[in-house]
Amino acid sequence: MSADIRPMRTPAEQALSAALEQIPAGSGRLSDLRRSAARSFNEHGLPHRRIEEWKYTDLRTILREAVPVAGPAGVAQADAAAKLLAGAAVRRIVVANGAVVRELSDLDGLEEGLSVVTLADAIAKGRDVLSRLAGLSPSRYDAALALNTALAGDGVVIEVAAGAQIERPIHIAHVFVGDAPAASYARSLVVVGDEAHATVVETFEGPAGIAYQANAATEHYVGDRAHLDVVRIQVQGDAAVNLSTVLFEVGREAQVHDFVFTSGAAVARTSLYGNLIGDDSHVAFNGAVLLKGRQHNDTTLFVDHQVPGCESRELFKHVLDDSSRGVFQGKIVVRQAAQKTDGRMMSRALVLGDNAEMDNKPELEIFADDVQCGHGATCGAIDEDLLFYLQARGIPLKEAQSLLVQAFVGEAIETVEHDGVRDALIEQAEAWLKARA
Amino acid sequence: MAMLEIDNLHAKIEGDEGREILKGLSLTVNPGEVHAIMGPNGSGKSTLSYILAGKEDYEVTDGSVTLDGEDLLEMEIDERAAKGVFLAFQYPIEVPGVATMTFLRAALNAQRRTRGEEEISTPDFLRLVKDKAGALGISQDMLRRGVNVGFSGGEKKRMEILQMAILEPKLCILDETDSGLDIDALKVVSEGVNALRSPDRGMIVITHYQRLLNHIVPDFVHVMNKGRIVRSGGKELALELEANGYAEYQQDAA
Repeated sequence: MSADIRPMRTPAEQALSAALEQIPAGSGRLSDLRRSAARSFNEHGLPHRRIEEWKYTDLRTILREAVPVAGPAGVAQADAAAKLLAGAAVRRIVVANGAVVRELSDLDGLEEGLSVVTLADAIAKGRDVLSRLAGLSPSRYDAALALNTALAGDGVVIEVAAGAQIERPIHIAHVFVGDAPAASYARSLVVVGDEAHATVVETFEGPAGIAYQANAATEHYVGDRAHLDVVRIQVQGDAAVNLSTVLFEVGREAQVHDFVFTSGAAVARTSLYGNLIGDDSHVAFNGAVLLKGRQHNDTTLFVDHQVPGCESRELFKHVLDDSSRGVFQGKIVVRQAAQKTDGRMMSRALVLGDNAEMDNKPELEIFADDVQCGHGATCGAIDEDLLFYLQARGIPLKEAQSLLVQAFVGEAIETVEHDGVRDALIEQAEAWLKARA
Repeated sequence: MAMLEIDNLHAKIEGDEGREILKGLSLTVNPGEVHAIMGPNGSGKSTLSYILAGKEDYEVTDGSVTLDGEDLLEMEIDERAAKGVFLAFQYPIEVPGVATMTFLRAALNAQRRTRGEEEISTPDFLRLVKDKAGALGISQDMLRRGVNVGFSGGEKKRMEILQMAILEPKLCILDETDSGLDIDALKVVSEGVNALRSPDRGMIVITHYQRLLNHIVPDFVHVMNKGRIVRSGGKELALELEANGYAEYQQDAA
């Protein structure tokens, strides 16, 4: 590796290295983690198109200019910015510019068996749960995650005790507040005990026209026979950059349903990592991505079947208008021990714009001999015959297209279990279509 | 004034330099009339129905079509529907993910909006669908499913007639509505069509076989071959065709 010829550092890389030098010296595991992440970043820098995992999303080019780390947000502004799921029956925690806004966060009156604290508090109080922080690291260096580990100072730490059934979704509302480009880092940790059930929703929003960067990483530990639903909704402003890293460790006979909805940001990358470490679990990673203009969205997924008898399901739907670009890279690894694995991955894209592009890269790496694995990818325009049928019944072209696009993404959105959250997603898709018509 | 006036219509497949499919077809349909168009495979019957409905794969090279004096060929597809043109498809298409009720309501309201009318209220809509669906033996379960998804051939045809009953078009074009129907289904569908016969409504019934015309009795029968109407007559013409086949016309036109 030392023989690699490193190109000149970009202004952004230099600024990030400078920020990493500001990390306060300290002792203990957390400080070591941060320093080690900073070292990794200084060694590798931002990924570019010759790094396979980032082939379609060249961060060196995208994040060329340096932006400062975002300062604290005003309470009123943060409140005004957090619009998604407002009024829904959820426990809301607002994270503005990477820091929890206590005044807007529902941290009291917790259900029995539920603990929700800020990461800053957990660090200050030296909570035991922190031993799990950065416990889920991908096998390959991930720049977005390394920066997050090094620079995130706050976020949300959720613990669900064994057996606790938490009905009310826990909503982490990430917002950006400000009128100049800035970067924010938030790190969250979700630990669901054996046989417990919880729903966690993370939303991302912020103003249009400002090139802010949101880097968020969340690690989820799901216990034996536990059930965790995770929904991410990203509707950031049109100039923003979103780098999300979502990691799961899944125990025996557990159920995990992850859903990603994306219609925001100029550039967004979501890296999903699923480590299946307990036999006979069921995991689903689904998503709906609606892009227009010159938006770019990259979903990169790694599912690692380490043990026998697990099922994984992936269904991603992209709708691409104008000159937008969607990327789906999905890799399923089936280790030698993971016999009786059942994996199915599907990516479908509907291309509406003449200059839109979809890149699908499914990969299977199978070392076991008794498995069922499949993947598929489709990419095409709206079926002309379907359009004609609807129009021949009097439905105008744009409305007919909307109905068919809604049906197309609906198949993925239907997989979201929570009624209120699912309705919110359908509303977002409708709003996107309305803005188009 | 005639409702539908087709005059010397010539058409070919768009982008195809080759042969014309319609070669000077003329037909007049007045309100209240039912016209049957019969003819062998490839005579251009389905092409005619698609051109009237506005499918974009065809290019009209000559002639004109007017509906109530307005140039039909200049209208968008949905505009034609709002003006009262309804094509019952030979092969109704499946629309997964769009619930039948959503579809029916979107269609009815879109047509009303285009005509400058008010949208239908939810209770009125539900009542309307319930009444019409019951008569055609269409269950609530079918209405909840995606449009035509998993329907049998007969169910799809009944769904076409339901749409017709709800949208109440001025001009109904039935493209081989009898294909794929067994005797019982044919009866249900024909009764549905007959219930829609009215002095204000014109119909064009396209079929290969005389059988359908025992149930939907036409006022006029036209024989189509090689892109034009080669003979017209009353309902007895259908019986003659059934007895003698199309061979005579195919030779004449060759």
